Amino acid sequence: MAQKSFRQALNEALHFEMGRDPRVIMMGEDLTGGAGANGVKDAWGGPFGVTRGLLDAFGPERIRDTPISEAAFIGAAAGAALTGLRPIAEIMFVDFAGVCLDQIMNQAAKFRYMFGGRAKTPLVIRATYGAGSRSGSQHTQALYPIFTHIPGLKVVIPSTPYDAKGLLLQAIRDDDPVIFLEHKMLYDTVGDVPDGAYTIPFGEARVARDGKDVLIIAIGRMVQVAEEAARKLASEGISAAIIDPRTTSPLDEDTLLDFTETIGRVVIVDEANPRCSVATDISALLADKCFDALKAPIKLVTAPHAPVPYAPNLEDAYIPSADAVVKAATSIVKR
Amino acid sequence: MSALQLSHDELVNVYRTMRTIRRFEERVMQEMATGDIPGNTHLYAGQEASAVGVCLQLRDDDYISSTHRGHGHSIAKGVDIDSMMAELFGRASGTCGGKGGSQHIADLRKGMLGANGIVAAGAPITCGAALSAKLLGTGQVAVAFAGDGAMNEGVMSESFNLAKIWMLPIIFVIEDNGFGEATANAFVSAGSFTRRAESYDIPTIEVDGTDVFSVYAAAGEAVERARAGGGPTMLHVHVPRYYGHYSGDPDTYRTPEEKAAMRRERDCLSNFRQRVKEVSLVETAELDAVDEQVEAAIGRAVSAARAAPFPPTSALTTDVYVKYL
Ligand SMILES: Cc1ncc(C[n+]2csc(CCOP(=O)(O)OP(=O)(O)O)c2C)c(N)n1
Repeated sequence: MAQKSFRQALNEALHFEMGRDPRVIMMGEDLTGGAGANGVKDAWGGPFGVTRGLLDAFGPERIRDTPISEAAFIGAAAGAALTGLRPIAEIMFVDFAGVCLDQIMNQAAKFRYMFGGRAKTPLVIRATYGAGSRSGSQHTQALYPIFTHIPGLKVVIPSTPYDAKGLLLQAIRDDDPVIFLEHKMLYDTVGDVPDGAYTIPFGEARVARDGKDVLIIAIGRMVQVAEEAARKLASEGISAAIIDPRTTSPLDEDTLLDFTETIGRVVIVDEANPRCSVATDISALLADKCFDALKAPIKLVTAPHAPVPYAPNLEDAYIPSADAVVKAATSIVKR
Repeated sequence: MSALQLSHDELVNVYRTMRTIRRFEERVMQEMATGDIPGNTHLYAGQEASAVGVCLQLRDDDYISSTHRGHGHSIAKGVDIDSMMAELFGRASGTCGGKGGSQHIADLRKGMLGANGIVAAGAPITCGAALSAKLLGTGQVAVAFAGDGAMNEGVMSESFNLAKIWMLPIIFVIEDNGFGEATANAFVSAGSFTRRAESYDIPTIEVDGTDVFSVYAAAGEAVERARAGGGPTMLHVHVPRYYGHYSGDPDTYRTPEEKAAMRRERDCLSNFRQRVKEVSLVETAELDAVDEQVEAAIGRAVSAARAAPFPPTSALTTDVYVKYL
């Protein structure tokens, strides 16, 4: 299978689905970069280079560079989704969702329910998330718990190039509003990605690694951290399984419960702030549904309850580390 | 009042501040390349006359809010360049203890309410500062700097409305460099910015932002109105942006000819030198000496920043609340 970057995998999914379905359109700030300027067209290929080449292939009617007005264009995307298009709208950094949260939370997420099931909203909101780029508190948050909390939204957090492509194709074909979150530090990671189209259903966790002593549940970029931790644990003779839920809404409860039942020891790794988070949510689920199978307390390895700092040493300390995961795992295995 | 009526010393200071911003920026660009300044920065170079012309009309205790492109506004408002440089290097001695970085530099002692990572977010916050000044009767005014791109955020219009109905002592300074990131203003903005403000009955002044004297005069009128209880003013300032949107921007959406012409024809520093020479107010040699002093001061700021320690890891959970929970 061909080796491709996370960025390229997403680009292929967008190219494929826009070619297949003329109702799919895209909108966002600097989606191409350089709109209306005198130099190179499609100069940026999107702020992170994910949408490169789409302008050439599909033209400015379907690839719309928007004003800096998230409330207006995210709302417009929701309205277009309600009325026959299948828009993919881009919020450059998920932090900016603050500007348009009403359109996401009170509008797009609620149409179907409030309208008695008579509406569908095939909207995908793509956004980058996550720390590690030294960008300070307003460009680095992992806000998926906020979206996961809201009924009516589906929340997708891919961790590999393969999943990125399959989940994005699924997201575009899905008839509900989907928040699709791309960790900016993952764009250059490389993995096997088939050339053709394929979809990955929502609500199906991926078993990233099988093991028997401890179960590590990890989200998004934290899957890499979990894998590094698992390698270190293996060298200490501890066998760790890793489950990546891939979507936090819907959540694959069955797989999480099955593995917890068999292994009995759980570490959850989450880059988001810990209060009211996906980590606490999963932990409560496991405690509720398989308390008797637990051989030790569930351990959470998360960021602190603080904004993301700018100073490099502080930002590194903020992000959950493989060593912290190893420590948490060892503490419950050796118990 | 003609701005050229500024005293000799004031003129030298105006030049010094503009030169400090320019050299600060050029040096930051250089240091970014070494990797010692982490992340990305948005350079203000080319727009100096706007920040300096406006801030020259302000008292030390007046307020300003800035944008992601905040170095120039901070320096013009009197924020210390040593602590700013240390902040960019992420050091404990930085303006925000290393926690903020380029996009969040703030210094409340200087009335600088913060650079801002969220486009247009400064406008309503500045309305709040103006409200404080009004209700507390301090006589302070507040200035909200924003870009042309920011004008399309709803919160700008909402702030115009609030400023007018509450008759706030506020000045909106819209720095129009023709671009929001890589997207041309002409591609994304309908109508005219001044007419938008005028529809709220806010007086507007359009001004050439490469001419510090024009900016100074316009800001003077606005500040006078604000202090006299006359409410908000909007300045539409036309400025060039010398660098790409941010430090990693290849800037290929603008042609090399376009950029060369911009630097040749729209430079507030050479414009200033030309103007003062015409009226023989400041000797060229004196300005050259300022250049050297500025160079040395920036050099010292960089060395000090490099030598300063990073914040301790314990700082991760300080400053979240008055007392961490
Ligand atoms: C709410 C929000 N949307 C998008 C961005 C990303 N962004 C940062 S700067 C910028 C362009 C701002 O343009 P303008 O207001 O003209 O200021 P300039 O960069 O030209 O100084 C954009 C889109 C952001 N920081 N915040």
